[in-house]
Amino acid sequence: MGDLLAQAWAVARKDLVLEFRTRTALVSAVVFTALVLTVFNFGRDPTAVPTVDLAPTILWVTFTFAAMLALNRAFQLELENQALEGLLVSPLSRTGLYWGKLVANLVFVAVVEAVGLPLFVLFFDVPVGRVLVPLVGVIALATLGFVAVGTLFSALVIRTRFAELLLVVILLPFLVPPLIGAVQVTARLLGGRPLSESVGYLKLLAAYDIVFVSLASFLFRFTVDE
Amino acid sequence: MLSAEGLRHVFGEGRGQVVALDGVSFTLTSGQTLAIFGPNGAGKTTLLKVLAGLIRPRAGSVRVAGGRRAIGWIGHQSHLYEHLTVRENLLFWATLYGVPAARRAPRAAEVLGRLGMGDRADQPVWSLSRGLAQRAAIAKALIHDPSVLLLDEPFTGLDLAAAAELRALLGELRGGGAAGRVLVLATHNVDEGVELATDVAFQRRGRFVHFAPRAGRGPAEIAEAYRRAVAGGTDG
Repeated sequence: MGDLLAQAWAVARKDLVLEFRTRTALVSAVVFTALVLTVFNFGRDPTAVPTVDLAPTILWVTFTFAAMLALNRAFQLELENQALEGLLVSPLSRTGLYWGKLVANLVFVAVVEAVGLPLFVLFFDVPVGRVLVPLVGVIALATLGFVAVGTLFSALVIRTRFAELLLVVILLPFLVPPLIGAVQVTARLLGGRPLSESVGYLKLLAAYDIVFVSLASFLFRFTVDE
Repeated sequence: MLSAEGLRHVFGEGRGQVVALDGVSFTLTSGQTLAIFGPNGAGKTTLLKVLAGLIRPRAGSVRVAGGRRAIGWIGHQSHLYEHLTVRENLLFWATLYGVPAARRAPRAAEVLGRLGMGDRADQPVWSLSRGLAQRAAIAKALIHDPSVLLLDEPFTGLDLAAAAELRALLGELRGGGAAGRVLVLATHNVDEGVELATDVAFQRRGRFVHFAPRAGRGPAEIAEAYRRAVAGGTDG
């Protein structure tokens, strides 16, 4: 187990060093987030639908598509000089590789969300001050689920043509359950309702995380081996 | 020790099936170098990938004393990350191969020194020339001191001087006797690597059509034997 965690951390650390050194995908994802929020801000009629009703959906649609950018780049790093081949020849376990990529993707998406959330508050003027801690908790819970599935699928499509398009097409249907949960909990939190009203959705998010992190850890080896 | 027994592998299904390996068996012990010559498409890379555990063959088995940790791979590509320095790359791969934390930095310095790249350690890989990148790739393959080295067309893209240098280095790495390494070298060019070989195989359509000790034969004799064995071969 110690070896596995050391290997996973080595992969995650390497991915993060590469990303923060080049900043290509990170800057793209942050700019994308800002642009989507700007478009939604100017593309809605604030008199037709109350902001607080629309805001949770906008927040999660933005986070979902920004995360896609992160997930797309996860295995593209490994195409450089066929590094993926080197990883697969090495004694690195497939689970270690998956966990390393998962951690790096989570950090990457968390950075994008950390920039996106204040922009969201700024553009939509929603009262998050009172519910910041539970809101961050919900974001973390939902993000873990869709990054777990997305990491698995990004490995699956990496050797295909049009990998970027294919990832979106096969991933989005799997993101429906955590998206429903995240939007519902966020709507209740922003509406000033107690967290106890969202217990069912929180359980859904937690169950999704447990099932898909476990399943993806097991299935990952079948996506990368020739 | 490296042994392969009855390896068979095909790509595709039905009518479009391509036989990449067909009954390949051999055993190599420390200090032996097997040079595999064959035309493009003969199945050399597939064989190396099976030996490295990258491809699971349809039939047959591979045994490597020491398992995956004992294998070093030098392929067409360097497996190096362009935006990491040479040293960062080596430390990363050393971690994956289970080199103890305290040994990683000294080992990286030792390997780079041996390859004459000590002064390039902090250069990012993207800034290296083709020849230096190839040397960095060899350093990466040696970082965990493997007892089996698999080399897939290692001379591709190197100029004559760099290729001669690489041949000398591989000869040194092979060593001899019980302390030596096992080297398996695949190439389509008979002139490359013949002098390194203790054993020679000619591969065609997935089969070893010739497998014998080099027994003092020079490049010209090997080339002649290759022409006879793989006569008219247009597998590629």
